[in-house]
Amino acid sequence: MTDASRPLPAVRQSSSPATAGREPANLGDILERVLDRGVVIAGDIRVNLLDIELLTIKLRLVIASVDTAREMGIDWWEHDPWLTGDNRGLLEENRRLRARLSAMEERQSLEAERSDEQ
Amino acid sequence: MNDTGTYLYAVTRGAGRNRAESLAGVGGTPVRTITHAGLVAYVSTVPLDQFGSQPLQRSMEDLDWLGDTARAHHAVVEAVAEGSPTAPVRLVTVYTDDDQVRNLLSRRRDDFVEVLSRITDRQEWGVKVYMDLAGAPPVEERAEGGGPGAAYLRRRQASLRGREEAWREAASRAEQIHDVLSSFATASHRHRAQDPELSGRKELMILNGAYLVDLSRAEEFARLAEGLRGEGVDIELTGPWAPYSFAELAEPDEPGVADDD
Repeated sequence: MTDASRPLPAVRQSSSPATAGREPANLGDILERVLDRGVVIAGDIRVNLLDIELLTIKLRLVIASVDTAREMGIDWWEHDPWLTGDNRGLLEENRRLRARLSAMEERQSLEAERSDEQ
Repeated sequence: MNDTGTYLYAVTRGAGRNRAESLAGVGGTPVRTITHAGLVAYVSTVPLDQFGSQPLQRSMEDLDWLGDTARAHHAVVEAVAEGSPTAPVRLVTVYTDDDQVRNLLSRRRDDFVEVLSRITDRQEWGVKVYMDLAGAPPVEERAEGGGPGAAYLRRRQASLRGREEAWREAASRAEQIHDVLSSFATASHRHRAQDPELSGRKELMILNGAYLVDLSRAEEFARLAEGLRGEGVDIELTGPWAPYSFAELAEPDEPGVADDD
């Protein structure tokens, strides 16, 4: 957890060749490196990661890498019913309907007044 | 047609003193070296019924298999990197035979030498920065007229403004931290932030940086990184790693130009 007041922990040497008995590196970090970084060699190669349809759903989940807020699932503005274009349309329609309704009510009461006068 | 291939882990400039050759490589295969054109390739002979394109299509989706293979690959890279400057090669790079690897070493010799000199006496450090956006305070609500629907809408918008604000703040913190670390490092890369599924943390990863740092300045770098923690920001330092993020070969092969006879 984040707590600014706690003392600084020792640096986690996840894969230091210099440290004996070190904590093994986290699999996610390893996957990210071996799948996504490192020398890519094109050419007359027998098998190449690039040839493999890597981006299956499962793998995408694992190395799911995300560049922007949108991809990060922080795309709430896209899904929020109040903020999307469609719903702005609905709101607008709602406003128009209210306007028409009050116009009709007004007309009705005017007519009622008129019939009272007669 | 051969039923084995040559799996390439890493390329170095000279056979360093390392324990790579005593390790089991991917699929439990023994690791050996191919020395050619002043470079050393660390390889294994692998069965193509496991490491051909077709079987890999399936096995790469098997997370246990993938995890084991990634760890084995990484272990070889790390062991090689202990002994000498190392260019790690991407997972499952398989050649038809050793001759093809020799061909690669002579063809791309200059590019490998360039990469290796760039990373000599340097290590890669990973810095992941997390921020808890859920804890962002909601924007204060103004009391205004209107029905319950309007009030709901206002509350909704206020809370969204709060989150957007928090996100903006997170992005700028990430930017600042990356700037500080990059100006200390020899080279840096901002990688895509990891999904919570992968990071295993509920806070949002706002920075996933890789920094190439001189061996002699490693401690100083670690102190610098740790010192950036605070104000709702947590920092995770990993490494040192073999220079996975800094081992790009200069130019891809030109098809047709590749064959030397």
